[in-house]
Amino acid sequence: MIYEVFRQERKGVAFAHAGSLDAPDATFAEAFAREQYGRRQESEALWVVSREAIHAVGDFADELNKTYHRVDGYSLKAKLKEARERAGTA
Amino acid sequence: MNARELLEIADDELILGWRDSEWTGIAPSLEEDVAFSSIAQNEIGHARALYELAARELGTTADELAFDRDPGDYRSAPLVEQRRMDWAHTIARHYLYETADELRLEALKQDEDPEIAGLAAKMDREEQYHRLHARMWADRLRDEPRFRQALEEVWPLALGVLPAEQRAALAQRVEREPVAAVERNGHSDDLRELWEEMTMVRRSVPGATW
Repeated sequence: MIYEVFRQERKGVAFAHAGSLDAPDATFAEAFAREQYGRRQESEALWVVSREAIHAVGDFADELNKTYHRVDGYSLKAKLKEARERAGTA
Repeated sequence: MNARELLEIADDELILGWRDSEWTGIAPSLEEDVAFSSIAQNEIGHARALYELAARELGTTADELAFDRDPGDYRSAPLVEQRRMDWAHTIARHYLYETADELRLEALKQDEDPEIAGLAAKMDREEQYHRLHARMWADRLRDEPRFRQALEEVWPLALGVLPAEQRAALAQRVEREPVAAVERNGHSDDLRELWEEMTMVRRSVPGATW
C-alpha cells in the first residue's frame, strides 16, 4: 500500500509533501516515515496518509483560455517595459 | 559497571550492527532496507560510544578495542555472531535482542557512574525506535511457522545475552519458558570469518593513521 508523507519543518509552518513510501499497514508506514523523514531532526511533525484516503482533483477546464481569471494571466512585465521606454526612464 | 562488562555490551552492538548491515541492499523492500541499515548503523554508533568509555579505563582507544583484538578476545554473545540467517531468523534475533537490550539498558541507566548512566539514557532513546520496528515485525510474522520455528531456535542464544539474574524478566517479557542459555564463552567459526572481513582494511596497513 502506498502512503504519502507530509512534513512540517518547523513549528508553525505549513506541512509540505515530502514523498511517498510502500508499507503493508499504518504501523509500518509510521516506522518507515520516522526513519526516512524524521531521523535527522529535519522534521517537527509528520502526516502519514494512505494514498487511498486522498481525494485527488486535477481536471480543470479552461477551454476558452480565460487567463484573465488567473493572477498570472495578465503579464505586466512587457507592458511596463514599453511604458518605461516611452517615458524614457528605462 | 567495569570495563569488561562494558566490552560485552559494546561487542554485542558492534557485531550485531555488522550482521544487520548484511541486509543492506537485499532487504525485502526498499523501505525496509533503509530502516534496517539505519538500525545497523545505530548499533555501531552505540558500540563506538561504549568502547570510548571502556578505552578510558583501559588506557587504549575505541578503534583498538573494536579492530585490534584477537577474535578470541571478543566478549560478544553467540546470538549476534550467527551468519546468513533468513529474514524469519533475523527478525527473531532482532526482536529477542532488542527486548533483552531494553532490560540491560534499564539496569545501566541506574549505574553509579553518571557517564555510563547518561550514555545508557541516550542509547535508550534510539533503541525505542528499534523496539518499535522489532515488535511490528514480530507481530506481523507471529503466526508464520517459519518465524515460530526461528524463535524456538534463537531463544537459548538470546538468554545468553543477559546476566543470569535478568533472564527470568526476559522470559516474562517475551512470554516464553526459560531454557538453558547459550553462554558467552567460546566463539563460533562465524565470528572468526566476520573478524577477518571486519578488520581486513585496518590490518592491511598496521599502525596507520587513517
